Amino acid sequence: MYAHDKAQRIQISGGRVIDPANKVDRVQNVYIADGKVIALDKAPQDFQADMEIDAHHRIVCPGLVDVSARLREPGQEQKATIATETLAAASAGITTLCCPPDTHPVIDTPAVTEFIRLRAEAAGNTRVVTLGALTQSLLGEQLSEMAALRKAGCVGVSNALKPLLNPLILRRAMEYAATFDLTVFLYPNDHWLANGGCVHEGRVATRLGLPGIPEAAETAAVARDLALIEQTGVRAHFCRLTTGRAARMIARAQYDGIPVTADVAIPYLYLSEVDISGFDSLCHLIPPLRTVEDRQQLREALQQGIASAICSDHQPHEPNAKLGPFPATEPGISGLDTLLPLSLRLVDEHSLELIDLIYLLTAGPAKILGLPYGTLSIDAEADICIFDPLAIWQLDNRTMRSHGLNTPFMGWEMKGRVTHTLLSGKLVYTLN
Amino acid sequence: MSGNTLQLDKNGRLRHFLSIDGLNHHLLTEILDTAESFAGVTEQTVKKVPLLRGKTIVNLFFEASTRTRTTFELAAKRLSADVLNINITQSSTVKGETLLDTLRNLEAMHVDMFIVRHADSGAAHFIAANAAAHTSVINAGDGWHSHPTQAMLDMFTIRRVKGADFGSLRVAIVGDILHSRVARSQIHALNTLNTGEVRIVAPKTLLPADAKSLGAQVYHNLQAGIKDVDVIIMLRLQRERMQGAFLPSEHEYFELFGLTEKKLGHASPDVTVMHPGPINRGVEMDSEVADGPRSVILEQVTHGIAVRMAVMSMAMARKEVTPG
Repeated sequence: MYAHDKAQRIQISGGRVIDPANKVDRVQNVYIADGKVIALDKAPQDFQADMEIDAHHRIVCPGLVDVSARLREPGQEQKATIATETLAAASAGITTLCCPPDTHPVIDTPAVTEFIRLRAEAAGNTRVVTLGALTQSLLGEQLSEMAALRKAGCVGVSNALKPLLNPLILRRAMEYAATFDLTVFLYPNDHWLANGGCVHEGRVATRLGLPGIPEAAETAAVARDLALIEQTGVRAHFCRLTTGRAARMIARAQYDGIPVTADVAIPYLYLSEVDISGFDSLCHLIPPLRTVEDRQQLREALQQGIASAICSDHQPHEPNAKLGPFPATEPGISGLDTLLPLSLRLVDEHSLELIDLIYLLTAGPAKILGLPYGTLSIDAEADICIFDPLAIWQLDNRTMRSHGLNTPFMGWEMKGRVTHTLLSGKLVYTLN
Repeated sequence: MSGNTLQLDKNGRLRHFLSIDGLNHHLLTEILDTAESFAGVTEQTVKKVPLLRGKTIVNLFFEASTRTRTTFELAAKRLSADVLNINITQSSTVKGETLLDTLRNLEAMHVDMFIVRHADSGAAHFIAANAAAHTSVINAGDGWHSHPTQAMLDMFTIRRVKGADFGSLRVAIVGDILHSRVARSQIHALNTLNTGEVRIVAPKTLLPADAKSLGAQVYHNLQAGIKDVDVIIMLRLQRERMQGAFLPSEHEYFELFGLTEKKLGHASPDVTVMHPGPINRGVEMDSEVADGPRSVILEQVTHGIAVRMAVMSMAMARKEVTPG
């Protein structure tokens, strides 16, 4: 795949190279040939670059890996397509993204996986991997053909936000996934406790009279899932933590040696239930934005390594999806464009060291997905993001590349801008 | 956009009437005073004033209603406006897109004011935020969020019965607070008018999270909750709450939270009993109480017309209006 241009030799000069997987953080050159990283610092003998990229005053890091981005294809092309969104991803320094199975039709057959793979390859902007459905049509009743999905390239299985009929089916699904060494991606949100709510059950829900989703919808699901993970021995990943309490439960399980990982999506690190106060449908997210305290505890969960990835949880929408009374609008934020700059803000706000942040955007998520990317190791695929950490720009209709403009961060001043993105040694994005 | 910046124009006058939240004491008093001046009109033989002559008002109801819609219609007619009633059941709309389309279509007919009722919280805010500059929006109830004209007619009724000194009053609101837009608006209004003590009384299943944050003392026992209060507002209990596992039975609810003559003995001797209607007799209260001397339930309905006239005329004029 991505065979063209592979023969090209590239030298990236003078950048601050940060490769958390190898604990590298220093100014040095990067040498690329045949789509792979072949050397750092000193040029290999007889290396003649076909192209040189000047990276002085820039940061050179592995291409970002996003564990959750909805591309809306197949099925919801009015919102976005694989071509539009992978282009947006490339311009945001993302070289690998993982698509959840809740497309239309859902990813429960090799044909759908294959369709997405072919579309992504044709676009040629980023790698796209998929999660297969845990149950057929995500209906939560019958197991999907996981072995076939794995063979077709799915990196894990998930029922996304759809509920399972009962815990017994979850147990069987975990056992079956474990048989094929598939990671189960769990969205901890108890369907019955959530009861069709649209915001966190707290002060803002109380004041606005919006149906709330209690904290226990997440913690009860985590508790049940942890028990079944331990019972079945499956490798599991918790998607999109929103509460500090759930993070602490997962920390305890990790301490006990249970094979679980977790991620946090970027909006939950900046927004809280308070942002919904004026019925702002752009802040309508599922799972819901929680309290200011939860937001702080999620940042701490990243500092402590309880959650090992930050993702965009990209959900592009057409404008109409957000035009309506709050509960009737579709949830989700278009997040690819802001993944890196908003994450970098965590460094400015002293929540994280830069190298640790880069880990959460590269090697951390790659490990969760079981992929060999997210590193600049010698012989690794040359998936590289080069960014100017001091560049200031504004998020607006012109700078945003995603087809979905649904973001509450519109108009925000962003710091840190991607200048080049390489995918297997091929330049897929250059700023202007 | 906060409800406040949406509701008021740059001079702090009422542009839309969406929620009590964010309106100040002065404005609420102005509404009550204006309503008082209109109350006379409704008692005249010719019950009309020409304030809104030539204006077109649309009752846009996405949820069934008899009393609220009728009193809005009467209020509009007594202000000499032309009134159009449009009832759109939820099933025939496809969420926001159609809602906005409906709005645009009606605006194209040069409608001056929309009275909106909708099952989703925030619906009136959404319509106001998207309405053309010349139109006003009055919230006639959105989801569990707000029903500001109901709250103001209740305040009007309390002021008529108890006088203007809200500071000396204890008021208890009893029943399904969780699902009640009426209760939320009443609590805001009572607090803005500096009511001495606001209490809410309900089992925990019918209270929202952190109910105290609404600005009321929380009670789970009716006798304790109404002890020495001057006003009791009973809320309607939807029958479907039994299916939702909020309550075991109407019988047990009535036993514990239903208002009877006997239980009224715990309240102040001159307590006033209110209910936004329609009443479930034998569920929220005994007929004896509903029809008894302390009940002002029918007065509430009458006052609804004057209060709605006041709000409509204020939002349309955006200056003080008194009947000619």
